[in-house]
Amino acid sequence: MTAPQFAVVAEGLRKRYGGTEALAGLDLAVPAGTVHGLLGPNGAGKTTAVRVLTTLTRPDGGTATVAGHDVVRGAARVRTRVGLVGQHAAVDEVLSGRQNLVMFGRLYHLGSRTARRRADELLERFRLTEAAGRPAGQYSGGMRRRLDLAASMILAPPVLFLDEPTTGLDPRSRTEVWDEVRALVEGGTTVLLTTQYLEEADRLADGISVIDHGRVIAEGAPDRLKARLGGDRVEVVLDDPSALADAAAILARAVGAEAEVDAAALRVGAPAAGRAAALTEAVRALDAAGVRVADIGLRRPTLDEVFLHLTGDTAQDRKEVPA
Amino acid sequence: MTLPETPVGRLRWAVADTRTLTGRALAHWARRPGEVAVGLLFPVMVVLMMGYLFGGQMDVPGGGGGYREFIMPGMFAMTMLFGIETTFAAVAGDAAKGVTDRFRAMPTSPPAIIAGRGAADLLHSVAALAVMAVCGLLVGWRAHEGAARALAGLGLLLLLRFALIWMGVYLGLVAKGPESVAAVQTLVWPIGFLSSALVVPDTMPGWLGAIAEWNPMSATVTACRELFGDPGPTGGSWAAQHSVLLAVLWPLVITAVFFPLAARRYRVMGR
Repeated sequence: MTAPQFAVVAEGLRKRYGGTEALAGLDLAVPAGTVHGLLGPNGAGKTTAVRVLTTLTRPDGGTATVAGHDVVRGAARVRTRVGLVGQHAAVDEVLSGRQNLVMFGRLYHLGSRTARRRADELLERFRLTEAAGRPAGQYSGGMRRRLDLAASMILAPPVLFLDEPTTGLDPRSRTEVWDEVRALVEGGTTVLLTTQYLEEADRLADGISVIDHGRVIAEGAPDRLKARLGGDRVEVVLDDPSALADAAAILARAVGAEAEVDAAALRVGAPAAGRAAALTEAVRALDAAGVRVADIGLRRPTLDEVFLHLTGDTAQDRKEVPA
Repeated sequence: MTLPETPVGRLRWAVADTRTLTGRALAHWARRPGEVAVGLLFPVMVVLMMGYLFGGQMDVPGGGGGYREFIMPGMFAMTMLFGIETTFAAVAGDAAKGVTDRFRAMPTSPPAIIAGRGAADLLHSVAALAVMAVCGLLVGWRAHEGAARALAGLGLLLLLRFALIWMGVYLGLVAKGPESVAAVQTLVWPIGFLSSALVVPDTMPGWLGAIAEWNPMSATVTACRELFGDPGPTGGSWAAQHSVLLAVLWPLVITAVFFPLAARRYRVMGR
């Protein structure tokens, strides 16, 4: 079988739980060998999407293929080709790290010697060799997450699902998980990850689908998504509040567009269609008018701004709910 | 790895996975011997408490061996009943931690995941019965009717435990989390006490006594008293007279109800 162009394809996936529609016609197409981020607020349907794609939940409607197999009709085959790292580190806390990996290896139907050898390889690769004999319950959050990743890599599956892989981790462990994910993708694995952290999607993902209320409301590369909100802006920070109005007028004339004033931050900003040229023009005009500038620069909107813009105020409320 | 295409191949996978998962439970015991010892000795403590603290005040029908010999078959059955807590806690813990979901997303044989739990719990119960039998022999309990009938009695006890496994698996999958084990621990006592395990149902108010006589626990306990030749109330209701039959039927009924429920719950877990 030739490798399919898309590792994950979903068309019109639907899933209803009682009165709520968790998936309302979700479409996805993840090219093989890339990292794709599913970004959305709590309750948007991210976890349900992962559960359907990993055969844990049957969809009410629509179809999905993962690694070339239908998730309903070919569920057993899909299970041999995917790895899943869920929101909890799903490892046996009584058993040691090595015992966990050997057990999971056996349940993937490796022979006992192969399972032991694979466990040792993975312990080495995920820097757990030293802690291999200790119960996983004594591991730190980051170590447990690495063990979890190792367990999902036993068969080196072509498609790996990560459901909020860094939720609850400290910044250092988070960076470690990111490094591991990058290394896996270099090895050819396709990764689909859900996250609430825009930074995570920005750093890792080649493509992003922003989902809300069970369907995709925007998708594209992180840069393209940011561009959709508007391009770069020139931002000027002043020392003197009395100069704000003058600076806004000068800036507006220099870039040829309306400027916005944030009085509390002593900041004036305006769209900079011409990028560097607009910046140069702004500096020159402000200098000529004798306005004292504390800071000036080009800034691209953050994914946070894109996200809030796309999902609206209701999403902002929901973001307050802890995971 | 290639998936098995034939029923024989699938069965081979199921057997292999059941062994792996039974081994997992054995590895747990090896890592937590203290916890296992406390679990095994708990019913021994109950025997000593009941036998020596309450025993002096109890009149035992059917004469002979005294209260301690009367309660031993009851305590064997209680030990089987306590086992439901072990099953429940293990299943609910795996479900809450996402371990069950990991298994379900793997090419592991689905029946093996429940069967592995069952096999491990039955082994645990064999050990628990062995400890209790030694305890019984030390406090004066005997099986008077020969080895064959004694083994038949032990077989009925394990059959009851077998049925309770599926009830424990089902409740564990339905529960919100392993914390609910406290509820199971509490419920086990009235179910055990409302039977002929430790007292004679005749002495209860009429309607309560009737419930106690038809309790599946009573069927196994009364059948064991008969097979071991231990003292106990004679005659009585239809249920008491056909205890061996009921001690076989009840576990089969419980299994017929809870095994499909547990299997279905496992398939649609998390909906």
